[in-house]
Amino acid sequence: MRDIRRLLGFVRPYTRLAVVALVMLTALVVMDLAIPRLIQRIIDEGIAKRDRGVVVQTALVMLAISAVSTIVAIANNGFSVRVGEGVARDLREALFLKIQRYSFGNLDRQKTGQLLVRLTSDVAAVKALTQISLRIGTRAPLLMLGSLVLMFTTSRRLALTMLPLLVLTTLLIAFFVVRMEPLFRLVQQKLDVVNNVLQENIAGARLVKGLVRADYEGERFESANEQMTARSIKVMRLMAMMQPALTMCINAGVVIVIAVGGAQSIHGELTLGQIVAFTNYLLTTMTPLVMMTMLSNTWAAGLASLRRMAEILDSVPDVVDAAGAVAVPASAPADVTFDGVSFKYSGERSEHVLCDIDFEAAPGKTIAILGSTGAGKSTLVSLIPRFYDVSKGRLLVAWRDVRDVTQASLVAKVGFVPQESVLFSGTVRDNIRYGRPEASEADVVRAATIAQAHEFIAKMKDGYDSRIEQRGANLSGGQKQRIAIARALLVEPQILILDDSTSAVDVETETKIQNALKETRSERTTFVVAQRISTVLEADTILVLDKGRIVAEGTHRELMTQSPVYREIYDSQLGGGLAPEGDAP
Amino acid sequence: MNAPPMRPGGAGGAGGPGGFGNIARAKDPRGTLARLASYFSDFRGRLYVVGACIVVYTMLGLVGPYLMGVALDRFIARGDGDGLVRIALLMVAAFVANNAFQAVSSWLMAGISQRALKKLRRGLFEHLQTLPMEFFERHPSGELMSRLTNDIDAVNQAVAQNITSLLASVLTMIGILIAMFVLDVWLALASLLVVPIMMGFTRWVAVFTRKGFKELQKNLGQLNGVMEESIAGQKIVTVFQRNESVIRAFRAENEKVYRAGVYANTYALLLMPLVTVLGNLFVIVLAGLGGWLALEGLVSVGLIATFINYGQNFVQPLRMLSNLYNTLQAALAGAERVFEILDTPSETDGAAEQSAKALPVVRGDVRFDQVTFGYRPGTTVITDMSLEAKPGQMVALVGPTGAGKTTIINLLTRFYEIGSGTISIDGTDIRDLKKADLRRKLGLVLQDTYLFGDTVMENIRYGRLDASDDDVVTAAKMADADHFIRQLPSGYHTVLSERAGNLSQGQRQLLAIARTLLAEPSILILDEATSSVDTRTEARIQKSLLRLMEGRTSFVIAHRLSTIRDADQVLVIDGGRIVERGTHHELLARHGFYHQLYTSQFKGQEL
Repeated sequence: MRDIRRLLGFVRPYTRLAVVALVMLTALVVMDLAIPRLIQRIIDEGIAKRDRGVVVQTALVMLAISAVSTIVAIANNGFSVRVGEGVARDLREALFLKIQRYSFGNLDRQKTGQLLVRLTSDVAAVKALTQISLRIGTRAPLLMLGSLVLMFTTSRRLALTMLPLLVLTTLLIAFFVVRMEPLFRLVQQKLDVVNNVLQENIAGARLVKGLVRADYEGERFESANEQMTARSIKVMRLMAMMQPALTMCINAGVVIVIAVGGAQSIHGELTLGQIVAFTNYLLTTMTPLVMMTMLSNTWAAGLASLRRMAEILDSVPDVVDAAGAVAVPASAPADVTFDGVSFKYSGERSEHVLCDIDFEAAPGKTIAILGSTGAGKSTLVSLIPRFYDVSKGRLLVAWRDVRDVTQASLVAKVGFVPQESVLFSGTVRDNIRYGRPEASEADVVRAATIAQAHEFIAKMKDGYDSRIEQRGANLSGGQKQRIAIARALLVEPQILILDDSTSAVDVETETKIQNALKETRSERTTFVVAQRISTVLEADTILVLDKGRIVAEGTHRELMTQSPVYREIYDSQLGGGLAPEGDAP
Repeated sequence: MNAPPMRPGGAGGAGGPGGFGNIARAKDPRGTLARLASYFSDFRGRLYVVGACIVVYTMLGLVGPYLMGVALDRFIARGDGDGLVRIALLMVAAFVANNAFQAVSSWLMAGISQRALKKLRRGLFEHLQTLPMEFFERHPSGELMSRLTNDIDAVNQAVAQNITSLLASVLTMIGILIAMFVLDVWLALASLLVVPIMMGFTRWVAVFTRKGFKELQKNLGQLNGVMEESIAGQKIVTVFQRNESVIRAFRAENEKVYRAGVYANTYALLLMPLVTVLGNLFVIVLAGLGGWLALEGLVSVGLIATFINYGQNFVQPLRMLSNLYNTLQAALAGAERVFEILDTPSETDGAAEQSAKALPVVRGDVRFDQVTFGYRPGTTVITDMSLEAKPGQMVALVGPTGAGKTTIINLLTRFYEIGSGTISIDGTDIRDLKKADLRRKLGLVLQDTYLFGDTVMENIRYGRLDASDDDVVTAAKMADADHFIRQLPSGYHTVLSERAGNLSQGQRQLLAIARTLLAEPSILILDEATSSVDTRTEARIQKSLLRLMEGRTSFVIAHRLSTIRDADQVLVIDGGRIVERGTHHELLARHGFYHQLYTSQFKGQEL
């Protein structure tokens, strides 16, 4: 019910259109129902009484009705299409705006693919639901009701004999729908299994080939395939029974009309025209019933989609500006202070990703964060622009609690280079300018030069105008990372966060980037997350993170003497140092 | 007097009443149809039965209205009660037979169509398995997957539900026309007047519909592009505060889709109400003209009733056909794309196809002799490369990204075929071997560890399908994986979730090593992945790897210094050539490229 109410909310802006469409639909139904009556008139008043005038006149009336209903049908169609498309557009927009307001926590919990399905197929399913409700959904019950009434006014006795048949038909439909629903679901499940095997074989093609497992996989697929086929056949056979069964109901009705109505007619209680009209009404009563069964799938699918959308529409962004949040002045020096910060992701079992983090980063300093996978390094830097909210403690930027300022002003201070360098389709220049579209050419080139990207960009066919393919497919991992660095530098951030963003860049280039950054840094606070120890050697402070805690803190030299963990990491990566057994120059 | 045929299954499917059918059209509809038909050839006998049933039941469908007319004229009008009972019984018999034949044909067709689809799916799967690695690299798995499922679903929609309806519709229309002419030429001719109007309308609407959907499809594509890119990169959008401009771009595209949607659907959905209205017109012409003729004594009331009934039954299939059109178009387009994949050439054994040499016990003497290779014609990734790994030796491949290290492995496994030169194992050219035989001797541990959504036990057993549980555990122990496996919620029977998200990168690597250990390959190929593995796990993996390499010739794309120092040979690759070779110490002493690569890590550091 809640879902339907929500849908109605989306229909509301189109109330007028929808009402007009429904009124027109009713008019159409009335006109449809008038036809059998008029035919009856031709037969009984015209033919039986040999009145030519009645025949001609009635035929002309019918023609006029037909012409009017054509116009009404076209108009109604136009209106209901506008409602359906409008609802679809608004739903898409509502979903999209919601996603735009998502913070990182929300995004982590949703897969891109799923969100896209909500925006595409689910919207389409709801649109189908809306349009069908406005067209057939209302038309069918109206037609049914109207014909029933007319059947009764034509001949009460004959109509009463039809009632058991109508009940039987309804029950039959209910029986099939109830029986079929679980079977359909089973087919869907088996289809998922088939698709899963297919998916695994496509994604794991190298493994399957490497181990020569084609035969084994073939058997696996065939077994899933067979199961699904068997289930489908079962459902399809049930369907195969349904249609003739329903047709039989309608046919039985016709026979009853002929037999019972015929008998009445012989006794002079019913005219031929009435019998003909009655059969026509019978068909118009039954057909909508059958039509509605066909639509039950569309209905069910639309409602399911609506429910899935509701999950998104009802979700709340994890991070929102507090009431009365103020902007951090752009000029405020960007000190970063972690004060007893703990963090855990929402929804997961209470396991802290970060525990009691305390440190300060003064403007101009470089802080490196080192640690194993899952130690919490990326999480730590994501807290600074308030991509997530801390669970305990405070995080201050420019001596203000990040929860007291507007996120926009906070993010404006930050240049962020994520682990995975996401580029957008467009030119290299567009991508670098992404954070500051109005940046001058000189600024773009300077940022690219610092990021050591200028050289390879200049070598590309169209230089900065070269197009980046979808997902940056035409660039190597290292190139993408360097463009991402340039992009972050161009916004001239007071805080620069490099989240393991040189992992695909070779060590030599990485050193060059670091040196160039050092020359331009002045008041910039830089955070560098790294796996590779060579990346962090020159930082002002190195934080060694283990299981969410800072286990050591200091410069490279201090840590080499004081921290066994740091030494261990150092040895395993650069083990033995430069002078193994006197080979050094 | 037929109920409109049912369209079960996939709700909102292509071309349903909602008309969201995606009107992608097949380039060669006739060829595609013929090829699709070939999947039904196994069921020829049963198809004849189905065809016969359809003919019989459409014919019987014509009898009902006729008998009704007869009942009205001969018995009801003349007050013959006994005759009325007789004809009512006759009608019952005709209707029962009609529905029975219809049931039989649908029943049979359900089995036939699903079996045919199964065959199509199976053929597709089997063919996919034979496609070269290159195919999978060219098509991102997500894209390929969604394309395949959509296409097969489109075929399913049409094949499963509409073939019989299509045939029945056409036959019914022809049957009704013939019956009309037999019963009364004038009335038949009058009804025929309506047919061209209907056809004209349908065609007129179809022209606009097609145009509209083409435009809609284009706009939808653009909108999806905007949505996909911004949602996939949502975090970056937030980081750079581009939400406003993204929303603006979205709104613009969304509005275009709305306009195109209104246009296309206004026409597409018009067909149904128009057909209904035209159906009424049909009835009106019959009633009016019929009435006139009846007054002249040329026709009877019963005949008019019969004709009106026929008229309604004539419109029904027409409505069906207009719906079917979209479904069929989508199905043909889908089938064509499936066939495109089926026509992609398989990986072949090349020269070894006929005269494959057996590769018995492998000693592990691997040679590259002047091997040249490029992924695309005209480019070379590997140039004139020669190398030799003696049995049991460990060869480390070192060099910057893009130097061609992974390509060497792709060539040895014959995922790609070399351009010129030879690669041999124990003196046998690998091109003289069947790929399957060759790959069985090679054990690969790759950077990107692929695990199945199955238990840990089955994932390891994948290395050797007939291995016992004990064998699996032994392998896991050797790989140093036993310990963490036992800590998992259900130990070896823990089901790995999609993409094995419940394991760390390092743990996945250890499982892959266990899997490879179980396979007991003669030659090992390792692509060490370190960028996402922490140092302690790295040390553990290292130990397991060394155990794996014992006594086997191994090729290692090395990232770790320790691996390089343990190697019997270090090959320094740059720009597709071996620029230096020797042991770690020899290479350092040479002060060449390797030395530079090695020392760059320590620049500015004094230790």
